[in-house]
Amino acid sequence: MNTCPEQIIHYMHAYLDGDISLEEERELKKHLDSCGQCKEIMNGLTEAITFIGSAAPVTAPPSLVEGVMARLPKEKSQAGIQRWLRRHPLLSAAAMFLILMSATFFSSYGNDQQFSVSKQPNLVVEGQTVLVPAGETVEGDIVVKNGILRIEGEVNGDVTVIHGEKYMASTAIVTGKTEEIDEVFDWIWYKMKSTAKNIFSSPKKEDE
Amino acid sequence: MDDLVNKRINEVLKGNQDAFEEIVTLFQHRLYQVCYRMLSNAQEAEDIAQEAFVRAYINIHTFDQKRKFSTWLFRIATNLCIDRIRKKKPDYYLDAEVPGTEGLNMYSQIADAGELPEEEVERMEVQERIQYEIGRLPDKYRSVIILRYIEELPLQEIGDILELPLGTVKTRVHRGREALRKQMGSL
Repeated sequence: MNTCPEQIIHYMHAYLDGDISLEEERELKKHLDSCGQCKEIMNGLTEAITFIGSAAPVTAPPSLVEGVMARLPKEKSQAGIQRWLRRHPLLSAAAMFLILMSATFFSSYGNDQQFSVSKQPNLVVEGQTVLVPAGETVEGDIVVKNGILRIEGEVNGDVTVIHGEKYMASTAIVTGKTEEIDEVFDWIWYKMKSTAKNIFSSPKKEDE
Repeated sequence: MDDLVNKRINEVLKGNQDAFEEIVTLFQHRLYQVCYRMLSNAQEAEDIAQEAFVRAYINIHTFDQKRKFSTWLFRIATNLCIDRIRKKKPDYYLDAEVPGTEGLNMYSQIADAGELPEEEVERMEVQERIQYEIGRLPDKYRSVIILRYIEELPLQEIGDILELPLGTVKTRVHRGREALRKQMGSL
């Protein structure tokens, strides 16, 4: 159908790709001016690509981004925590403080399951029962943990019973405060109070 | 833009999934456009574009940041599109006789699925016609024509996307243009 030299078709494509030499371009133009058939082919090619190139831009549906994010594999929880920590430095510090503090409190709360009593010379200890004998005076504060305190005599100080029971005979005299601690929050409060007391009373001890 | 993209990629590599959302937002329209032009179907195009982004996310550690991200992303998407097109193609023999019919073969069954009667084509609106003509191209030529004349990418970049030598890309563009000219006849 086409008797024209084969390289003319090749030149047409080279021209459309923009990599034709000046000399080849001249040769092509000269041929197209003289050959109606090739001119038609050249026009057909140009029209075809112009037509395709006039395609209106297509935009993605709004659901696309959301869909991608939903289809992503779950990220490691570690990354999520790290990001949260980066975003909320102050809250992170506060949370860290609370976690560490509560850990200290609860571990000491849990570990103190065994019976203990503050040491005073005239306290009588029988198994888990601590007795302040009648007619005796115990000097200083008494602290009993996980045990029973029976007071028949006199205590010259505070009495604290943690996780235990306290019985006072009619003859009992306690000059200081008496306290019974059973719940976790009481326990924490007690811990905090005694910590504070230690802090404030320590300089006094140094003076002595 | 490449700097910004690489910055976000590094954040994704550190495990920050939100940074990937920004990448998706940046490239969604271009990627969807390529998929839509390849597949001629909005639903499938969205599905494949999403799949391409998911694969990019999973394999982000294999992306070489010295290269162009769009090239890498388009490669994933065009491969998925070509797979999808091949799966849709019937694998029965077209000239096999349809059982229970005399002299009726598969050609007569699908005659109007790919090619429409001329009167109908002439009634099409311009945009509809453009997509129709692209869809009629063999997929080998369809991908290069889309990347060349809709995405307006240089030939070298098309070669990088399709993993073809420059010479092959040129040949396919030439044949694609030729096929378009022939199938369109005179406009």
